[in-house]
Amino acid sequence: MTGFDFSNYNRNAALHARGVPLPKATSTGTTIVGCIFDNGVVIAADTRATSGPIVADKNCEKLHYIAPKIWCAGAGTAADTEFTTALISSNVELHSLSTGRDPRVITCMTMLKQHLFRYQGHIGAYLVVAGVDPTGVGLFTVHAHGSTDKLPYVTMGSGSLAAMSVFESTWKPNMNREEAVAICAEAIKAGIFNDLGSGSNVDVCVIENDKPTQLLRNYMKPNERGQKERDYRFPKGTTAYLNQKIISKEDMRKYISVEEASGDPNLMEVDS
Amino acid sequence: MTSLVNQQPHSEAIGYSFSQSTHAPNKQHSFYPYTDNGGSTLGITGADFAILAGDTRSVAGYNINSRYAPKVFKIGGDDETGEGAHILLSVVGFAADGHALKERLDAVVKMYKYQHGKPMSVRACAQRLSTILYQKRFFPYYVHAILAGLDEEGTGALYSYDPVGSYEREQCRAAGSAASLIMPFLDNQVNFKNQYIPGSGEGHALEPKKAGPLPRSTVEQLVRDAFTSAVERHIEVGDGLQMMVITANGIEEIYTPLKQD
Repeated sequence: MTGFDFSNYNRNAALHARGVPLPKATSTGTTIVGCIFDNGVVIAADTRATSGPIVADKNCEKLHYIAPKIWCAGAGTAADTEFTTALISSNVELHSLSTGRDPRVITCMTMLKQHLFRYQGHIGAYLVVAGVDPTGVGLFTVHAHGSTDKLPYVTMGSGSLAAMSVFESTWKPNMNREEAVAICAEAIKAGIFNDLGSGSNVDVCVIENDKPTQLLRNYMKPNERGQKERDYRFPKGTTAYLNQKIISKEDMRKYISVEEASGDPNLMEVDS
Repeated sequence: MTSLVNQQPHSEAIGYSFSQSTHAPNKQHSFYPYTDNGGSTLGITGADFAILAGDTRSVAGYNINSRYAPKVFKIGGDDETGEGAHILLSVVGFAADGHALKERLDAVVKMYKYQHGKPMSVRACAQRLSTILYQKRFFPYYVHAILAGLDEEGTGALYSYDPVGSYEREQCRAAGSAASLIMPFLDNQVNFKNQYIPGSGEGHALEPKKAGPLPRSTVEQLVRDAFTSAVERHIEVGDGLQMMVITANGIEEIYTPLKQD
């Protein structure tokens, strides 16, 4: 069987009618941008994932692989952007194998919009598709309902207005690679600092003609956490317990392989 | 034929319907005068001091209204700077109501001094604030207020309120959008909840760690750690931390920058 499983639909509709709310999905209330330059295209994203007002992930990845020279930035429902891009990536690979040609950005964009239009907006994926192919440089936005745009610079997500203000005030035609990366990073930073749905770090992906694609993960880290002022390690025996059983490393070696961890063995993982 | 089309099997009734009337339903007009401006506040008392703190961010939805909008106020001061005040009030929730409440309480405390020729005690002010809140029982001030000062013995006093005036004197309290993140931390680090004295007994006989007043330096560190941690996980908390410390020597204000994302 292919596609979605609707077997719980009637049950959930009945529960909903009786006042049971829908579960909260993790949304990448996001800032994502893209900008073309003389020899390619750059896309960028922030790294905050939220669930309501709570930060679900401080350093998530919103730049998705489609093909070696086609990448996607995703906003909206985290699961939808993840699965939709993975599905299209798979189909683009099969299509490329079948035709024996490099995949085109417009092909990928068309497959995405047809998939999303079929689901009438219920798949909450808002995407920036970018890449280079035999026809040249491509940069598109795809909305959850299936509409698309083709522009030299684009922004999406809850921080799109903050990011677009940077493009509208400083963008100029015929930029080079460094200028395009800088303007995209600056646009993401505008989202990070002025939109509550966006935050933490800047991820950048540069796709250039005749050069390998570069994914610059955490290209900027403008929000590193400072040192905590107190030490929150508890003395051994602070937690109450009724009985204890000690399993030595030697006992465990009979069933699994045990490796010595580096660092202080008394340290707790209070923060990572 | 028509009857066949209109028939709906009851056993497998679908959850949606296309049989909506073509007329638009009567539009429900409404006016909702409250907004949530986010942010968080926190108060902790010690043996001879009380600390009230709050972040300085004001939000509306996903937007930031201001990166410096104080939530902690001096009450009953002699002038605009709050000089000579001996009571602190923090308000979080709907900022406009918070501001109105602060202005009202400030006026009340001043009037008390002019009429009675002595400053209002923190206990009396706490009771008066409860009354002010309950007077608006059916159109409440949409705020969580915390009142702080020193009691008759000179020890730190802290009173926390719900929006309609229910109040209680406490050792520590967190309020606002990140209260659910900060309060459990306070229970553990101020009142030592879920902490036992290592090796003090077996099983249920284990002795719990006793809570007592903490020194000022420790409390200040706890407040800063509570806020820097809340900033990490709550989108409405950030920009700056305003801390007011009240001692027998007066009120001291300490500002610490917080992350701006």
